[in-house]
Parts: sequence; C-alpha cells; structure tokens
Amino acid sequence: MPKTIAEINEKIKKGEAVVVTAEEIIDLTEKKGIKKAAREVDVVTTGTFGPMCSSGIYFNFGHSKPRIKAQRVWLNNVPAYAGLAAVDIYLGATELREDDPANTVYPGAFSYGGGHVIEDLVRGKSIRLRVVAYGTDCYPRKELETLINIHDLNEAVLFNPRNVYQNYNVAVNLSNKIIYTYMGILQPKLGNATYCSAGQLSPLLNDPYYKTTGVGTRIFLGGGVGYVVWQGTQHNPCVVRTDKGLPKYPAATLAVLGDLKGMSPKWLRGVSMTGYGVSLAIGIGVPIPILNEEILSYTTVRDEEIYAQVVDYSKDYPEGRAKSLGEVNYGQLRSGKITIAHKEIPTSGLSSYARAREIAQLLKEWIIQGRFLLSEPVQPIPGPESSIKPKLLKEKG
Amino acid sequence: MDQTPIQKRRIVLTFPKETVNQPITYHLVKDYDLMINILRAKVSPEEEGKLVIELSGRARDIKKAITYLKDLGVSIQPLAQDIKWLEDRCTHCTACISICPSGALSVDRKEMFVSFDSEKCILCTLCIPACPFKAIEILL
Ligand code: SF4
Ligand code: SF4
Repeated sequence: MPKTIAEINEKIKKGEAVVVTAEEIIDLTEKKGIKKAAREVDVVTTGTFGPMCSSGIYFNFGHSKPRIKAQRVWLNNVPAYAGLAAVDIYLGATELREDDPANTVYPGAFSYGGGHVIEDLVRGKSIRLRVVAYGTDCYPRKELETLINIHDLNEAVLFNPRNVYQNYNVAVNLSNKIIYTYMGILQPKLGNATYCSAGQLSPLLNDPYYKTTGVGTRIFLGGGVGYVVWQGTQHNPCVVRTDKGLPKYPAATLAVLGDLKGMSPKWLRGVSMTGYGVSLAIGIGVPIPILNEEILSYTTVRDEEIYAQVVDYSKDYPEGRAKSLGEVNYGQLRSGKITIAHKEIPTSGLSSYARAREIAQLLKEWIIQGRFLLSEPVQPIPGPESSIKPKLLKEKG
Repeated sequence: MDQTPIQKRRIVLTFPKETVNQPITYHLVKDYDLMINILRAKVSPEEEGKLVIELSGRARDIKKAITYLKDLGVSIQPLAQDIKWLEDRCTHCTACISICPSGALSVDRKEMFVSFDSEKCILCTLCIPACPFKAIEILL
C-alpha cells in the first residue's frame, strides 16, 4: 500500500520510521525483494560532497552610524556584489581576491577566494569588511572598514543557483601537455581521468525522474538544514537515459538555500583548483520518502548501472564540441582505473565518496532521532517531458 | 663486528654559493661511511643549492657528518615531515591519487578513505597543486 509523506512524518515523530542510506538499500532490497522493502522502509537518505560552482551567500551586515549605502564591497579583499540594497551583499564562491595574480604566473594557485571567505565565516573567524560608497543625503558615509563575524550579521544565507548535478562528465586530456581545469589536473595523453559524482549515493541519481525531490524539499545543506528552491541553472533533464532512466550526461540541477548560521565548516570548504580558480565544496543530502515500489526501485541504483561520458578537456570541451570518447560506469571509476582507447587510465574523484556516505548516514540519524522531518514539495521540477533544450549563446550586434 | 643499528634520516641541505662546487656527497660516503639517497636536488638562479637526501648509517656517523656539513656553512633542516598530509583537512576526494607516482597517497577502495605513507613518498611535490583542499603541505 502506498504511503504518504504525512504518514512517514508521523512515524518519524513517534521514533518508528525505518531509515536507511542509498547504499544500505541496495543489499536490503536484494535480500527482501522490492515489495517487502518498499513496505518496510520509509526513507532512503542520499549524500554528495564536492566542489559546486554557482554557489554563494547573501547577508545583511547592519547599518553603521552614520549610514552608508554600499557601492563596492570587499571581504578579506575578495569583492562581493553590493548592487542589492544599502547593506545587503552577495558573495560568489568563485570570486577571486582583488590582488590575485590569477594565471599570470601559470598555473595560478588561487589560494584564497569567495569559497574560502564563506568557509572562514562559518568557522566563526573575523572577516575584514571594506566598503566604499558615493554618498547620498540619506546615506552620507563614503568609506568603512571593520571586522565582521557571522554572529554579528543580521541574516546570512547560503543561496546556490546551481548545485547537485545529476551525473557529470569524466575529464581526460588528449593533448601532449598537462592541463589545469575545473576537473583538476589532467596529465597529457590520457595520463589520468577525473570524475565528480557520488554515483549510487548521489541525490538525483536515486530519484532520476524527480518524483519526490521538488521545490520545497527539505535537505541537509552544508551541515545544517536547507531547501530546494527551484531547478538549478543549466537544468537539462532531457538528455539520453539508460533503460532504468538514469541520465548518461550531466542532467538535472537544483537551486538550494539555507541558513548559513546553522552550517558547519566541515561541510562548506573553500576549494583552490590550480590553474583554474576558486570554488566551494558543499555537502548536500536529500531524503527520499519511499512512497511506493517504483520510488524504492530507483533508490536501489548501483554504481555499475550509472554511465558517464568521457570528454577531452584539452580541445573538445574548450571549443564547445560535445564529443564523447566513450562511456564508463561509476563502478569502474571508483575502482581507480578505466580503459579508454585500449589504454588503462588511473582515475581520481573530485567529489568525496567517503564524505557522501557520511552525509547519508548523518541525515539518516537526524531522521531517526526525530530532528528532521520530511517536507511535501510544493511544485515539481521539470522532468524529461518538459522538452527543455540548453541554449548556446548567439553572439550578435 | 659493529652491531650499531643502521639509522635513516631525511634532511634538506641548503648550500651557500661558495660550497656548491665542493664534492660534499663524496665526503659523506667516503669519510663517514654513509649511504646517500638523493631525493631531490635544485640549484636556484642565484646559485644557492638545495638537496633533499636520505642518509643511512650509524647514528654517530650521521651526527659527525652533520657537524662536518654545518662547518662548511651548509644549513640543515630535518625532513622527517618533509611532505605532510593534514588528515583533518583531507576530504578523501581522491584528486591526488591519479597524480601521486609512488603510491604514497592511496585509497582503501572499500571505505574510500585516503591515507598517506611517508615511507613511500619520493618528495616529488606533484600532489601539492593537485589537492583542492590544501591538505598536503611541503616543509622545505
Ligand atoms: S610528494 Fe610525490 S610521492 Fe610524495 S605524496 Fe606527493 S605526489 Fe606522492
Ligand atoms: S586531494 Fe587533498 S583532500 Fe583530496 S584526497 Fe588527496 S589529500 Fe585529501
């Protein structure tokens, strides 16, 4: 008999809910069969931890005396966006320090940027805030420099326009020289391959058609509680899928939001990609309510069933050519070796499987302890029926 | 026969300009009965030399050799923690794994935890730029 989210929440409140992780459900279903597993299990928890660009925070730092209407703002010398209101600012994860030499000394180290400011803030460190303004009758002040701390801020919110990619490319380098990419360091002539997904633990690979994950879904975000607030940018649900419905290309994405003050630096880490730039690694976990057998069967997905495309990042990717050198599955990727063009290549992740597992486990404990209730999505995110097509930029004028 | 156990010590030698041309390693082998394993060598534009070596020999010979080097004006830093893996900064992402040539950084494929074995590390420093989380430090 199908369950409802309200019924599952009742069980959570009574301490009777059966919660397992996306790894544990695989063996459990193999033993008990889909029918019995679907009846017994109430929630399957997923997790992912890796660099997620298109992330950032907004906050309100409070009015000074006399007042200032921020025009340009820096946090530990990293520029933030002040074009929102007088003292509301948005800091993006990939923003570089004002004086960063970037790639002038190639490959740049990018040792500190937006992602690191976010980590430092959550760690409770004081951050140097510098503000300049043009001055108005109501906001006369033109300059301000002070130390701020997360506890002093009025609101501090993590708001990420694109996270939790449903699958991603595997990156390799066909050229003769080492390259530095957002997929890490790629050794020449297929010297290594990098991937970035938690595979069988990954949230949207356990809910491939977004049957339970939608706008309003409550999630584990950065060690605290957050919500899915929209589909993410570059959301692309209409890619080719396997028989089981698993996208074989980068597909859906989620926009997520949550109170930064409740988060932890373990799950929000500044990232320095040599030769590329900075970013933020984020821990996210999505609970999947087992409402029926179909939803359960999706959560039994294994690494060996999830395929990704191997893409050359020396020429094909930079030139915008969508060419795949072959398909590999996450079982192979996670074993440490894949074979491409008859060559055995060592693999590296960027997304941490160990941390993904820890998140799924943590979220499971939160639910079992009754600290985390499931929410009813208020609107689905567009699926394969939406016929969304990614648009390329047409340069004109 | 001398039963004193053989010890190993990794050190970084910084040579001032004037000593660069001296046959120092020759003396270490011949006069102090040491085995030398050169792990890394570098001569900077201003002709200051850096040498990362592993000395194996009897403790008292190593001690004497170090005095000899110091007398020549060579500065010495221990290299016990030459490459340092900061476990609490490591996220076990495995980005370093396909870069490390020696297997010093490796993954337990079941748990997917990364660990570091300093015995296997050849101090190539390739892992430093590969780690997005600054979890590996070089002490030179
Ligand atoms: S220095 Fe070289 S050998 Fe040592 S851990 Fe780093 S990559 Fe491996
Ligand atoms: S790249 Fe850095 S964070 Fe990732 S596993 Fe290696 S040491 Fe740990």
